[in-house]
Amino acid sequence: MALAAPSTSVMSNLEAVRQTLYDALKNDPRVLIMGEDVGARGNVFLITKGFLEEFGPERIIDTPLAEASIVGVAIGMAMEGLRPIAEIQFADFIYPAFNQIVGEAAKTRYRSNGDYTCPLVIRAPYGGGIRGALSHSVSIEALFYHVPGLKIVAPSFPADIKGLLNAAIDDPDPVLFLEHKKTYRSVKGEVPAGHYTIPIGKAEVKHPGEKLSVVSYGLNVHQAIDAAKQLEVEGISVEVIDLRSIRPMDKTTILKSVCKTHKLLIIHEDNKFGGVGAEISAMVAEEALFELDAPIRRLCGPDVPAMGYAQTLEEEFMISTERMRETMRKMVEF
Amino acid sequence: MAKTPSAPVAAPAVFERHDLTDRQLREIMRLMMIQRTIGNRGFQLNRQGKIPFAAGSDGHEAVQIGAAMALVHGKDILSPYYRDIGLAIGGGLTTLETLLSLFARSGDLSGGRQFPNHYTKHAADVHSISSIIAAHCPHAVGAAYALVYRKERGRAVLCSFGDGATSEGEWHESVNFAAIHKLPIVFLCQNNGLAISVPLNQQMAQPDIYKRADGYGLPGVLVDGMDPIAVYGVVKTALDRAREGGGPTLIEAKCYRYLSHTTDDDDRTYRTREEIEAHRPEDPVPRFQRALVENNIMSAEELEQLKADVLAEVNDVTDRAEAMEPPPPSELWTHVYEGTHEPWL
Repeated sequence: MALAAPSTSVMSNLEAVRQTLYDALKNDPRVLIMGEDVGARGNVFLITKGFLEEFGPERIIDTPLAEASIVGVAIGMAMEGLRPIAEIQFADFIYPAFNQIVGEAAKTRYRSNGDYTCPLVIRAPYGGGIRGALSHSVSIEALFYHVPGLKIVAPSFPADIKGLLNAAIDDPDPVLFLEHKKTYRSVKGEVPAGHYTIPIGKAEVKHPGEKLSVVSYGLNVHQAIDAAKQLEVEGISVEVIDLRSIRPMDKTTILKSVCKTHKLLIIHEDNKFGGVGAEISAMVAEEALFELDAPIRRLCGPDVPAMGYAQTLEEEFMISTERMRETMRKMVEF
Repeated sequence: MAKTPSAPVAAPAVFERHDLTDRQLREIMRLMMIQRTIGNRGFQLNRQGKIPFAAGSDGHEAVQIGAAMALVHGKDILSPYYRDIGLAIGGGLTTLETLLSLFARSGDLSGGRQFPNHYTKHAADVHSISSIIAAHCPHAVGAAYALVYRKERGRAVLCSFGDGATSEGEWHESVNFAAIHKLPIVFLCQNNGLAISVPLNQQMAQPDIYKRADGYGLPGVLVDGMDPIAVYGVVKTALDRAREGGGPTLIEAKCYRYLSHTTDDDDRTYRTREEIEAHRPEDPVPRFQRALVENNIMSAEELEQLKADVLAEVNDVTDRAEAMEPPPPSELWTHVYEGTHEPWL
């Protein structure tokens, strides 16, 4: 199998993940992929399709259905100098691996006084809007972003996916790499050719504006940009920042924007209580309270265990672009 | 009450020494006595109020030193658990390093971060572990995979744990993964019959852990964990097989824990003094001492000299470790990630 490699290309988020993994396998013999159905099946989303034939079963490991050891065995490989990429088939399945991620990977460097390190990437497709019901739709970032020793990235554009996945693979510490499933095929964009990285911990202004700062990530950031564009037609100027990284988080970009617009709206699909938005709100309150001309608002997933399977229940959970637009409008008018 | 199989009380008149020389047999004896002395030293220091916590390993000397003698330094990888004072010393830690761990001094291999006996020494291929039981087993398997992946023939991993670990899902997943890929790893279960206070019959219906190997498709071996030479023999055979590409082995070494689980535990709440005394004749340290003297590997005088030397060494490293400084508070902030770190950039 050979993937096309033109100088620049338009690709979907899924293709960006696939192309970056492919290049990493091609360029670094220490890189290997392990997870459920990553081999013959080529991953349930076909991200690793053809990899088994090209790179062999030593590097594309179809594991037993056992998430703790998918991560745990990968930790051991990383401790011995390999660069494993462990795949959790759906982020919802990551709970059995919680101990290995939080108790082991995040603490390997610390507890050994830097004697052992854990350069591990854990990929996990997350998020709803795909009729995934209770166990194929969740967002997991808030469960992990509390943990020092871990890094968490959640890019939403193909070019960011490539740069941040490369950075994650190069990173000397464990990185949880989150991919929103709904954006896999629905989001396409230009991706530069050749190897490049984007620093973990850097947000980006995706839509510049003047009257309101919107901080988001994942599927929601695309909706937020759509909403901002709709308001732009009406002469309402809203800035949209894509966090891209959740730990560490980019204070500089957020504060710079808030000091310009003096209003902050945080949007994420994960539920509100204790979510990423809470930390951003607290940071802005600590660092820039007197810059604010309106209360900080959070537009987040509801405080229920998960989205239901029925379309009505899923839609009730997900934040619509219209809700985003109207919330933005109210905040600008405040 | 926990029941462990009885071992012969007296040393056999002629023992199988495998390929061990007199010098190696005396070294096994020395290391077993060092392990016993350091294990007790931890309890002594705790009772003196000098350290907050210790875990001993009385009764685990034969299995640990016997297994350690089968390791090839500079080649094999050790993935130990928190009771492995002897395996760590036999695997490349110095006695001073074990005392620094007890005192949590700045020179400790973990920088004073870890609980006692939670060693790390990459230079000697001794893995860093947490206190979460069996959480290290998948790491040992991953390391074994790395050896195969890099075609490093002649190397193997020794993964050690207690009977309690075999109840954890990660233990099952690890043995299963190693068996599927025929990895160069030896799983060594030090079965002392107690998971802190819970006896074997409340941990598992089938008390012979080695028999589980059948279910995973790898060889399972039972050995008398109170006999260092027997342990050496089966561990060496298994490690040799692993090094040559023959795949993993599960070894169950039945032994006995003479002390409370740790200095914070009181075993009088769950077992009688009589039970412990009934196991005294099996105690591997005096038993092996007697065996060496009776088989003319060591004279009674040499044994007395060895006892004095071991005590002097442990006293010396105790004093040296105690005299060292604790880590400066600023060390709390290091090694979270590579370089400096802030959650906000």
